[in-house]
Amino acid sequence: MTLPADLETRIRHLVAHEGGPRAAMLETLRSVQAAEGWVSDERLAQVAAVLGVTPAELDGVASFYSLIFRRPVGRTVILLCDGASCGLNGADAIRDAIRDRLGIGYGQTTPDGRFTLINSACVGGCDRAPAAVVGPDRTLVGPLTPALLEELIGGAP
Amino acid sequence: MLKDQDRIFTNLYGMHDRSLKGAMKRGHWDGTAGLIALGRDKLIDIVKASGLRGRGGAGFPTGMKWSFMPKVSDGRPSYLVINADESEPGTCKDREIMRHDPHTLIEGALIASFAMGANTCYIYLRGEYIREREALQAAIDECYDAGLLGKNAAKSGFDFDLYLHHGAGAYICGEETALLESLEGKKGMPRMKPPFPAGAGLYGCPTTVNNVESIAVVPTILRRGAEWFASFGRPNNTGTKLFGISGHVVHPCVVEESMSIPLRELLETHCGGVRGGWKNLKAVIPGGSSVPLLTAAQCDDAIMDFDWLREQRSGLGTAAVIVMDQSTDVIKAIWRLSKFYKHESCGQCTPCREGTGWMMRVMDRLVRGEAEIEEIDMLISVTKQVEGHTICALGDAAAWPIQGLVRAFRDEIEDRIKARKTGRISAVAAE
Repeated sequence: MTLPADLETRIRHLVAHEGGPRAAMLETLRSVQAAEGWVSDERLAQVAAVLGVTPAELDGVASFYSLIFRRPVGRTVILLCDGASCGLNGADAIRDAIRDRLGIGYGQTTPDGRFTLINSACVGGCDRAPAAVVGPDRTLVGPLTPALLEELIGGAP
Repeated sequence: MLKDQDRIFTNLYGMHDRSLKGAMKRGHWDGTAGLIALGRDKLIDIVKASGLRGRGGAGFPTGMKWSFMPKVSDGRPSYLVINADESEPGTCKDREIMRHDPHTLIEGALIASFAMGANTCYIYLRGEYIREREALQAAIDECYDAGLLGKNAAKSGFDFDLYLHHGAGAYICGEETALLESLEGKKGMPRMKPPFPAGAGLYGCPTTVNNVESIAVVPTILRRGAEWFASFGRPNNTGTKLFGISGHVVHPCVVEESMSIPLRELLETHCGGVRGGWKNLKAVIPGGSSVPLLTAAQCDDAIMDFDWLREQRSGLGTAAVIVMDQSTDVIKAIWRLSKFYKHESCGQCTPCREGTGWMMRVMDRLVRGEAEIEEIDMLISVTKQVEGHTICALGDAAAWPIQGLVRAFRDEIEDRIKARKTGRISAVAAE
């Protein structure tokens, strides 16, 4: 699939705005992901060509950041915190509850493409532990309980 | 307890209007041009006199940091970069500033940038913070519309632009030189120092990187005076400070308090105390995941400031207080941190890249007791080979919590190993 024209326009705009192709790499990847949910190998190569950098260099940046997805993800990504405070307040029990309810562990996507579960080191919701960041607009939720989890799952697209 | 009239962040909990109008009602953006008219040297002198030390973890004197910036440009622009990549596990204080009191930060950014001769400032926000980005961007837009940013910002005669930059999920980007790399669009790998950012930072230009809270307190310090700010806390540890308290307390919260507040008072006044009472306390990580823990005995008279905690071989860090009660499996709690550092090591320096993996794998076995007693010393030896042998402080941050654990809870680690060997059921707790 060729690179959509609007995405290419956006990349050229970003390069001009950021003052150079390298400075625009991260924002470019983010734009691709915003449009398509993740960054495929095919897109990576196309985008690298537009930027004039090697695919390896662009992939180096893409794979460095955990919020740039290089594999397909579900419509709702659950970034479940398993950091210091959330760990103390039962993050593992929430992980297990998700496994029981949706059948997925960290790094996995439900077969229907609805949910992906990813463990996050800390989402900055320590005062609401156990916390998670959920969905495309990354809403912070917590303290998570089985009931709240059920509500989130039910309300997700 | 800090009196309400002495709080800098009067909308920390979002109870009031966070818009420009609301912020002005609470006293922000009042006479900003007059503050700028004090001039660069005077502004830096006041910040120095207030004793403000950086709120991002290291506690470097803010005024002194500013004074490293060139007084006269050699043709290169100067930059202020605000570190809003709050990623240290346990830390959630800057989030509240950006979400509920963003104008403190924006006004601070203008004044601080002027004091450093920087016409441009970037705020580097962590990737997970979407609501915060929206709140901050809305506040920035309001300021541009009201003439508080842009050409002749706030009628000060100073031209100033403020941009938000969004990260994409990498703890290391909170390290100042990694942050600059990331801001330039690249992988966030820390740079060798020197050159320090004040000499060659963003795009090789003079740059100062400050924490959100360090900048957001500046306008109030200028309005109320350096003496006012310095009247809180012990000498060399002055001011009010945001504390984020999480873990096993009745009400986890973020609260502004006086520096040097006793830990027990902090927890009992604002958090409803330790779950199950003070006697149920096992340990506290006083400053985010990178600092060694304090034992319950140390907590009895712990004072929350830079110097006291350093004397205890711990640190104030980001003032993210993580409380662990008696039910805590403290070995597993520290294992979690080891896992974190292994994941977040950027891989640039061999001691850190390999060492964090080694440390995590040994910790992994210590959690289950599947180890030899001698391996505890071996683990400490690994931490010593990582500590101080890396470009940035991530290696140190990975080593210190383990060293703190072994110092304080060696008996518990040994007991678990012995129990495993003899088949005895050790007191393994829930976490």
